[in-house]
Amino acid sequence: MTTKLMGQKVQRVEDQRLLRGLGRYVDDVAVEQDVLHCAVLRSPHAHARIVDIDVEAVLDVEGVHAVFTWEDLASCTPQMAEPLPLLIPHPALTHGRTQYALAKDEVNYVGEAIVFVVADDRYVAEDAVGRIRVDYELLPPVVGIDAARAARTLVHEDVPGNVGARLEQHVGDAPAAIARAPHRLELDLTVERSACMPLEGRGTVARWDPDLNRLQVWTSTQSSTGVRAAVAVKMGLDLGQVDVITPDVGGGFGVKINHPWPEELLVPMAAKALGRTVKFTEDRREHFISAAHERGQVQHIEVGFDDDGRLLGLDVEFWHDHGAYTPYGLIVPIITSTQLLGPYKPQNYRVVFESIYTNTVMVTPYRGAGRPQGCYAMERTMDAIAAYLGKDRTEVRAANFIQPDEFPFDQGLIFQDGRELEYDSGDYPAMLEKIKALVGWDEFPAFQAEMAALGRRVGIGLACYVEGTGVGPYEGAHVHVETSGKVKVATGLTTQGQGHATVFAQLVADELGVKFEDVEVVTGDTRRMPYAVGTFASRAAVMSGSAIHLAAKRAKEKALKIAAEALEADEKDLQIVDGVVSVKGSPGTSIDLGTVSVLSNPLRYAFDEASKAATQFSVGDPGKPPVPEDDEPGLEGKDFYSPERATFASGMHAVIVETDPETAEITILKYAVVHDCGHLINPMIVEGQIHGGVAQGVGGALYERMAYDESGQLLNASFMDFLMPYVTEVPDGIDIDHLETPSPLNPLGIKGAGEAGVIPSAAVFAAAIEDAEGIVITAMPISPSELYALRLENS
Amino acid sequence: MKPAPFDYRRPATLAEAVAALAGEPNAKVLAGGQSLVPLLSMRLAAPAMLVDINGIPGLDAIEVVTDDGVGGVRVGALARHAAVLASPEVRRVQPLVSLALANVAHATIRNRGTTVGSIVHADAAAEMPVVLSLLAGSLDVEGPGGRRTIPASELYLGPLESSVGHDEIAVSAYFPALAPGAGVAFEEIARRHGDYALVGAAALVDGDSVRVGYLSVSDVPTVVDLSGVADDDLGEAALAQLDPAADIHASAAYRAQLVRVLTGRVVRSARAFAEEGT
Ligand SMILES: Cc1cc2nc3c(=O)[nH]c(=O)nc-3n(C[C@H](O)[C@H](O)[C@H](O)COP(=O)(O)OP(=O)(O)OC[C@H]3O[C@@H](n4cnc5c(N)ncnc54)[C@H](O)[C@@H]3O)c2cc1C
Repeated sequence: MTTKLMGQKVQRVEDQRLLRGLGRYVDDVAVEQDVLHCAVLRSPHAHARIVDIDVEAVLDVEGVHAVFTWEDLASCTPQMAEPLPLLIPHPALTHGRTQYALAKDEVNYVGEAIVFVVADDRYVAEDAVGRIRVDYELLPPVVGIDAARAARTLVHEDVPGNVGARLEQHVGDAPAAIARAPHRLELDLTVERSACMPLEGRGTVARWDPDLNRLQVWTSTQSSTGVRAAVAVKMGLDLGQVDVITPDVGGGFGVKINHPWPEELLVPMAAKALGRTVKFTEDRREHFISAAHERGQVQHIEVGFDDDGRLLGLDVEFWHDHGAYTPYGLIVPIITSTQLLGPYKPQNYRVVFESIYTNTVMVTPYRGAGRPQGCYAMERTMDAIAAYLGKDRTEVRAANFIQPDEFPFDQGLIFQDGRELEYDSGDYPAMLEKIKALVGWDEFPAFQAEMAALGRRVGIGLACYVEGTGVGPYEGAHVHVETSGKVKVATGLTTQGQGHATVFAQLVADELGVKFEDVEVVTGDTRRMPYAVGTFASRAAVMSGSAIHLAAKRAKEKALKIAAEALEADEKDLQIVDGVVSVKGSPGTSIDLGTVSVLSNPLRYAFDEASKAATQFSVGDPGKPPVPEDDEPGLEGKDFYSPERATFASGMHAVIVETDPETAEITILKYAVVHDCGHLINPMIVEGQIHGGVAQGVGGALYERMAYDESGQLLNASFMDFLMPYVTEVPDGIDIDHLETPSPLNPLGIKGAGEAGVIPSAAVFAAAIEDAEGIVITAMPISPSELYALRLENS
Repeated sequence: MKPAPFDYRRPATLAEAVAALAGEPNAKVLAGGQSLVPLLSMRLAAPAMLVDINGIPGLDAIEVVTDDGVGGVRVGALARHAAVLASPEVRRVQPLVSLALANVAHATIRNRGTTVGSIVHADAAAEMPVVLSLLAGSLDVEGPGGRRTIPASELYLGPLESSVGHDEIAVSAYFPALAPGAGVAFEEIARRHGDYALVGAAALVDGDSVRVGYLSVSDVPTVVDLSGVADDDLGEAALAQLDPAADIHASAAYRAQLVRVLTGRVVRSARAFAEEGT
């Protein structure tokens, strides 16, 4: 037997291509062709009524092919002029609102699309946009959670109090338990906005083929099937007339799961109307002001606990800023409210949130999707309890852990997928021991004292989280063994750099018994796998990985059946190694999988030597139909994986920081991660995910924010002023240790790993800075300027 | 993010370039493009014509000047930040230029951006305008009326505004040499490595004379004379002559704190430099 690839650090097959600049992204599609390009006139105002749009000055500009406003949309289909879909409705979302593909008569954030111009190139399109005159009647903007709650002015005049949704969940009676508790604390916390900021922004190319009566769309998305369904519905086409292909994607991190973006509908609409290939490539400013943000919340926490720091009751109220519209429903605040619990059992828990409107860019999931805020709330609470009781912060946490023998553990809440929040497995006490050892928790006080003697300030922080990964409803896979013996694998979810082509090939190589190099994986192409959901919620490995494993198993079963007949052996005695089926113990009796594939497809015509073997005078029992009744031609396996509920990964991060006593600069001295995502398919890829997550977390905790002014202008809508960390700001080394508690919910025992690295960063940095400074930190992110202000307040 | 239409000229001589500028009142010189091209792309500037000086031979010289009494280095208009930073002569004759340049942007930007372009661009957050001002250097410009020398003290008029006429081309900047026994230092605090500084300070200590230049503190590069100020009072004395402003990255109070801290640090290291000679 060859060694199993599961668990091996297999080099990524993607890297040669991507690192040498040979990737093909949406903007690379149809480059050599005569393509039309688009630009969008976007609202310069955060809140205004559109009085008049005058496009006169554009119509005769040379090179302009079409100009669309809202009034033109209905000429495509009536539904094109309707608001965009509200993707995930929820009974508590009583006042959900979505924008139009082009604003109808009101704009609600700077950046909202108003006019769509199609021209020979983007230069001309931008010139044209500059000539369009829009008359606005300005309305007072609502910016920030405080203003939204005060509700002196409304974002949508038919949404009272600016409240889109209010949702409460509880287990036990938290207020009563807190009232009875020997100790009580209250915390008020805030987290500011940030955003996914993939290096490749949004982009869409569409081409209408009048001969085939078909639309082809390339788009930089996290859900090809979602875009396909949306485009079909909006354009009045059958699903079967729309192909959506997702080529290489230069990062998503959540923002590309929201769909359809206005341009994902406008580009196909224009392509069909003009009979030309049309391309939209978003620029960076557009990404800042017209894609999506996340994270902004204000939280109020009340907690009751005993002398050991054990939670008796936890009562959390928070306000979630969802921006101007709610296309993605309540997913983010629901995740905050449920995943806040982390590895702990609070006994009595009540959580209420209001999801509120502001005249800012809308909020949809960003890696972590509400968990960073939840983790922050809970971990700040743990630190506050420890400080209050004068206890070690790890002891308080340990006192509240769910124990390894308590799984499956039902938290008694409803999770983001509408299912129970039931943890499948984990070992939090073991993980705590590992992180303490890795970061040097017990040795730290001595180091801190030593540094203090030198006039230096250092602090340590630790944070724990649990992450529900691999949510349903399903993913599927198709595994096809070619007559060459090569294996073609298709799964419908998309790839934005994770290394799916590597890990999925590892799974197929293991299960089917073929060489890793012989497996080719295609993702995100609706022509190859029309049934799929998408890449989000750390679900690709769990969902598509499991489906691919199951599909490979089916292909293998079929291969063995055919080979058994050909070799006149018993299926049970056969093995497949490196693409050759042989009788165990007698390697001479063998047949290549490619030949098995030939035999699987009874032919009338021969095209080459190989296919001769499958023609009607060569194979088959003349007394039986060439394809048995319960079978199909071809050596293929197809299967779907649909779990009952999510599987729960977990992790703990610890960081040591130094703060400059004079300049308040914050330096990371050590960053440690212990991570448990069940069985590891490829530890190198998991570690890469952690590195990337930590880097994004450093950005969210110490550098990034969306600097809106009171009129709703985003002041830092460029990479000059939005401080995404460079490699020089990210810790040089991240110490990583793994724990593998397998999930019982899927055949591979795996859990998701994509988002984890970013979840505890606000919590862990707040804790470390607090420890270094002796100042309570309640607002994140924190800059040196803000730390300096806190010092002045506290001195 | 695509520029509005413009005419493009790439003259082969300085005279042609000057003539091109004279013929189009709304023309702009294009040097390294690291400041101008982003402005064009964001349509914050829409000149009718770009006069690209990159085709003019001889403008990239970096020369040590010895025949003017003081001595110094002359940096040509097409000398890239990277070339100036790498020059051992520059480091020897006026080390402050090298010390400051190491803080200008990132390697890729230094490979294109020119030191003279940075001086003309007159960004109060940029390093080289402050260095030129502190050292009392000058800029040579050529226009329809011939060549003139603008002393640094007359160069900066306001934010992003220099006294170089729209029809003039800066041909070189002159940085006086470090006097024997004098010392210099540069330090800045930026949010990320390579970013424009929140506050930066350059010090020149020569005998009793102590002068410090600041970036990102005022609208224009600002030099403060701190001669005779006691060590403990340096920061406050500097602040008495400065009025740091707030922006989205730093409060005014924090900038003031950085002025305090950096003033002390650069004066101390400039003194140490003067004593040790490096
Ligand atoms: C990401 C980024 C970070 C940066 N960080 C810093 C930093 O930290 N510190 C810093 O100082 N700079 C920084 N810069 C700017 C960089 O140093 C520029 O190169 C420099 O400011 C301008 O030089 P240039 O040759 O690129 O000029 P250009 O962009 O070509 O021109 C700038 C302006 O000067 C005029 N001009 C240029 N040369 C001449 C001339 N010879 N005669 C007359 N007019 C002329 C142009 O007409 C234009 O108005 C940064 C730039 C970027 C893109």
